[in-house]
Amino acid sequence: MMQALFSFTPEELAIVWLSLKVALLCVLIILIPGIAVSWLLARKSFWGKSLLNSLVHLPLVLPPVVPGFLLLLLLGNQGLIGKHLHTYFGFSLAFTWMGAVVASAVMAFPLMVRSTRLAISQVDRNLEIAAQSLGAHPLKVFFTITLPLAMPGVITGLILAFSRSLGEFGATITFVGNIENETRTLPLAIYSYTQIPNGDWPAMRLVILSMILALGALMLSDRLERKANQKIGRQQHD
Amino acid sequence: MIKIEAKLQRKHFNFEVSLQIDKRVTAIFGPSGSGKSTLLSLIAGITQPNSGRIFIDNECVFDSQLGINKPIHQRRVGLVFQDGRLFPHMSVEQNLNYAFKLNSQQKQLIQPAEIMQLMALESLKKQEPHQLSGGEKQRVALGRALLSSPKLLMLDEPLASLDEKLKQQILPYLKLVADNINIPMLYVSHSMDEILQLTNDIIYIENGAVVSTNQA
Repeated sequence: MMQALFSFTPEELAIVWLSLKVALLCVLIILIPGIAVSWLLARKSFWGKSLLNSLVHLPLVLPPVVPGFLLLLLLGNQGLIGKHLHTYFGFSLAFTWMGAVVASAVMAFPLMVRSTRLAISQVDRNLEIAAQSLGAHPLKVFFTITLPLAMPGVITGLILAFSRSLGEFGATITFVGNIENETRTLPLAIYSYTQIPNGDWPAMRLVILSMILALGALMLSDRLERKANQKIGRQQHD
Repeated sequence: MIKIEAKLQRKHFNFEVSLQIDKRVTAIFGPSGSGKSTLLSLIAGITQPNSGRIFIDNECVFDSQLGINKPIHQRRVGLVFQDGRLFPHMSVEQNLNYAFKLNSQQKQLIQPAEIMQLMALESLKKQEPHQLSGGEKQRVALGRALLSSPKLLMLDEPLASLDEKLKQQILPYLKLVADNINIPMLYVSHSMDEILQLTNDIIYIENGAVVSTNQA
């Protein structure tokens, strides 16, 4: 029994690998835009700010199928943008694992921004002014003062985004389908097993794998956050 | 030399000054809310006046008619605030080097080693800001401001958050800077006691206007 539980089949490991690949790439592509949008929302006032804020957060409140469907209309092979990607570059996102990355990036982006934006807005502006008065260009101030001090929040945002991507279901299945070895990530595989006879046991094994991954991500996040807090001289008392 | 003619209008506060400051150490004195800090913000570029002109060391940093408005980081003013504002993620030494490295192309007036010695920071250099006492923080802040080789040093109530005993410990350092380092200094305070230990050149501000200047 224990043996059966802890030796995973190549198929199961392939599913995990695909899920990790999608989630890691998702985090990577939202990192820079996420920080940029968070900074804009935290520190600048401009025309259309509340519209941008709403658009960023929309995937958080919509049923995930809706962003998935919109992605299909935009980036599908017959879609507004996807059509051209396909004809001119022979490149298609729909029904590929890269499409799954895009779908989960859209869904994870608001979580990344919420956390990072809060962290940036909590950085004391007086420290930024102090750095500027010493002769630091605003860009230098951002990279040497603002970003390091906001780092715990950025890390939390990235882990939240990573976990969201690991769990992404609705937008993914709508936009890229449920194709084995291409777009069938952990949640999709679990769902697929529940739809076939005698699928409960294989589903259960994947559920356990999911829980291990999720726990791992949370523990890593806790550790990184602690480290980042120590680095900026913030004491933790727990 | 600093020249400032500026008007600033806010909802509940009007500020209007016309001043020329050419003494080495000048104190700005007045009750709280009188506009002392506003004067420093205008010179530093943290606040923009509605109209006027500001010169630091004969260089125009603001002119509303000519559309000149140099950003803070190009004005080369060293600021020391009541709360020190040390960078919490850097050690004492890193705080000092931050200022020094930014200005390494300038003709350096002062080296970090000199500042450490002058401000007696040698034994604290590896410490983090949260490990320092209020007085130590202010010594680091003062040293850091000096290391940016400013054309003008401005101190905004640097002793206000310290108790009497600590104040008496920091004042000698301020005197040391006032007497030995050739950078013009503006010193904002609401304590005449403190001011008189540093200078006799005093500008008195009340309700957003200069009431009197006693520049001997």
